[in-house]
Amino acid sequence: MTRENLAHFWRLYRRNYSAVAGLAILAAIIALAATAHFFFPDDPFKLAGRPMSPPATGGFLLGSDSLGRDVAAGIAHGAKTSLLIGLVATLVAVGFGALMGGLAGYYGGWIDDLLMRTTEMFQTIPSFVFAILLVAIMKPSIESIVIAIAVVSWPAVARLVRGEFLSLRNREFVQACHTLGMSDLRIMLGEILPNCLSPIIVTGSLMVATAILIESGLSFLGLGDPNIMSWGFLIGAGRTVLRSAWWVCTFPGLAILITVLAINLVGEGFNDALNPRLRERR
Amino acid sequence: MTGQLLEIRDLHVALPEGSERRYAVEQVDLELAPNEILCVVGESGSGKSLTARAVMGLLPAPHVKVEKGAIRFGQEDLTRVGDARLRQIRGSEISMIFQEPMTALNPVMTIGDQIDEVFRFHARMGRKERRQKATALLDDVHLPDPAQIIGAYPHELSGGQRQRAMIAMALALDPKILIADEPTTALDVTTQAQILKLIKELQAGHDTGVLFITHDFGVVADIADRVAVMQQGRVVEAGSADKVLNAPEHPYTRDLIAAVPSLVPRAARQRSAEPVLQVQGLTKVYRSGGGFFGLGGKERKVTAAKEVALELRRGETLGIVGESGSGKSTVARCIVRLNDADEGQILLHGSDLRPLGRAAMRPFRAKIQMVFQDPFASLNPRTRVGRIIAQGPLIQGQSPAAAQDRARELLEIVGLDARAFDRYPHEFSGGQRQRIGIARALALDPEVLVADEPVSALDVSIQAQILRLLDEIRDRLSLSMIFITHDLRVAAQVCDRIAVMRYGVVVETGSTGEIFRDPQDAYTKDLLAAVPGRHWLPARQDAIA
Repeated sequence: MTRENLAHFWRLYRRNYSAVAGLAILAAIIALAATAHFFFPDDPFKLAGRPMSPPATGGFLLGSDSLGRDVAAGIAHGAKTSLLIGLVATLVAVGFGALMGGLAGYYGGWIDDLLMRTTEMFQTIPSFVFAILLVAIMKPSIESIVIAIAVVSWPAVARLVRGEFLSLRNREFVQACHTLGMSDLRIMLGEILPNCLSPIIVTGSLMVATAILIESGLSFLGLGDPNIMSWGFLIGAGRTVLRSAWWVCTFPGLAILITVLAINLVGEGFNDALNPRLRERR
Repeated sequence: MTGQLLEIRDLHVALPEGSERRYAVEQVDLELAPNEILCVVGESGSGKSLTARAVMGLLPAPHVKVEKGAIRFGQEDLTRVGDARLRQIRGSEISMIFQEPMTALNPVMTIGDQIDEVFRFHARMGRKERRQKATALLDDVHLPDPAQIIGAYPHELSGGQRQRAMIAMALALDPKILIADEPTTALDVTTQAQILKLIKELQAGHDTGVLFITHDFGVVADIADRVAVMQQGRVVEAGSADKVLNAPEHPYTRDLIAAVPSLVPRAARQRSAEPVLQVQGLTKVYRSGGGFFGLGGKERKVTAAKEVALELRRGETLGIVGESGSGKSTVARCIVRLNDADEGQILLHGSDLRPLGRAAMRPFRAKIQMVFQDPFASLNPRTRVGRIIAQGPLIQGQSPAAAQDRARELLEIVGLDARAFDRYPHEFSGGQRQRIGIARALALDPEVLVADEPVSALDVSIQAQILRLLDEIRDRLSLSMIFITHDLRVAAQVCDRIAVMRYGVVVETGSTGEIFRDPQDAYTKDLLAAVPGRHWLPARQDAIA
């Protein structure tokens, strides 16, 4: 994308105020994750003071949990984990899904049959249960969580990309490339893919939110990486003391809520800006 | 003025802010008398359809609305009456037929039920009486076996039959005004001729005033009593059909009429003795169904081309003419190897292209190039024009610098500014895009150019320019051309020889002059007889040539 395109995109994006707000929140969360080591230089697992301190007491901005760990530090460090896993898992899922969907849509016939039946097989298992299963089989670690999330997320991308390829491969400009003698790979990457980037970006941005939710769910159940602080882990740890120390669960929960909401708003904004057919809606 | 059915006075239809122009329709004055067919003619974007929709109160609200002016119908002003009254008027007093009958009919309701609805909403009648009237109506529009068609769904009818059913619905309550928005544009010529005849017949029988929107001067010549010509939202000329068609006053009308290709074939040229491309026994069968490793539904077969034989000699233009479904596009696509023919030979200078695989075909790709129909779909919206044109030579192994120079040169040949090189396709109009498409096809220095309906998506004035351009480059680059078209007027002006196709079979081949003067096959005769406005000779014969 050139600078001129980018400016045009921003003009369209800007029209959706809630999307701009979402982007601002997301930027704040990214800033929080990036500066976690600066504001909370200590290990978030470290016992920092009196257990169960309410917010704004004993030197804890958001209170401490039943072992005296700082909730605020946990949220800041957890932001890093959540965003990282969300982004990486989505990239892997989108990459693999686009590959499968692209091949199926472009070639059709038995390749399509084979790839799409495989995709459907993955879709028959409820995704969260499948993710639990995968993490339980591999041992819980940040890599296994990324793999699990990617494995349960790619079929949606594959179906989307297949549909786009299917409709684009018969367009006249693609056929014109055939008559020029262009190779399949170049047609797929150079001609068709750029034309279906918009829906892929939109779906991808929304998938980041889902990935963060799955990751939180996994760590809540104790299937997270034991060495890495995450929001789900904080909630899981605070769940037993919900009535006596509400802040342990509440603040990480709010963090997840706000992050997922922000990402969804951004995704919606992308959709409005990139999908010209919907531009006239407002 | 009295005695008019409909009077449109100083009508202004405003477009949303930020549009190309402020008004889609500006200062329009029109009147329609009973038992009269008023044709509103114009190119795309002239505001003719919006004028018709304004009468029906069907403007795409809230973006587009009537800003000023009046539409007087009887004692009422249709721009001011309430929605309830407007609903009453629609269907019973003013009704409308649309371009595409398939989308205008409800696909999940039978024809009978849809006609029935009109009666239920507007008239008090018993069920049985309604049924009888519906059957009678279908009979009036000459649908075969009305009793059976009344229970049929829209997809079970042909395009022409659907349009007849639409007309039956529109005329169900004997409206005073019928608005027809390009009702025959989506139909084949032979069907079009029948529908035009039907509209004229019914209009005369019921004293209906018809507001007929069209872009086709041939159609105008066939049915209009009076004509209004629109350009850029304004009526530039209005008058009796005879006056507007044969003695146009406004320069725009003159240009439009001059751009209508004449049915008189142009002078025959010397035919070369050297064959470039020979097609023999070409057969193509489309198979569908059978999905999931062949375990799905039953396979269906459609023979799109059957033992087609063609010969193209150096420097000549061979037209393949036929209606939709005749297999003309299939033949074109088989020749450029976009589709694989099942049988036959495609001989380019004696070497058969049909059995070649992708890699073996690549060196021959440059020799045969294609120009596509839809200028909006045939260019990649995300690629710059320069790259679109230079792509072919690059793939065939030319250096980037040479390919780019050639692309700039080609832009000039097809009449575009060299600045177009760095722009994206959406910055160009339909005609300019078609020029880019032609430049792309020429980039590989082909010997044979296959043009699949290259002008049918374009307005008539642009069409004339593109046809002239194709002629010019054919002579300049000594190309041989295969020109697919459904429009016999266009064929008469560009083709040296014509092959007429029907149901996948070539029924007649001959020089353009012969075919137009003395058609042998019955189908060719039908086609020629169905050309709209065939008795009307545009004022200037030298429009294209």
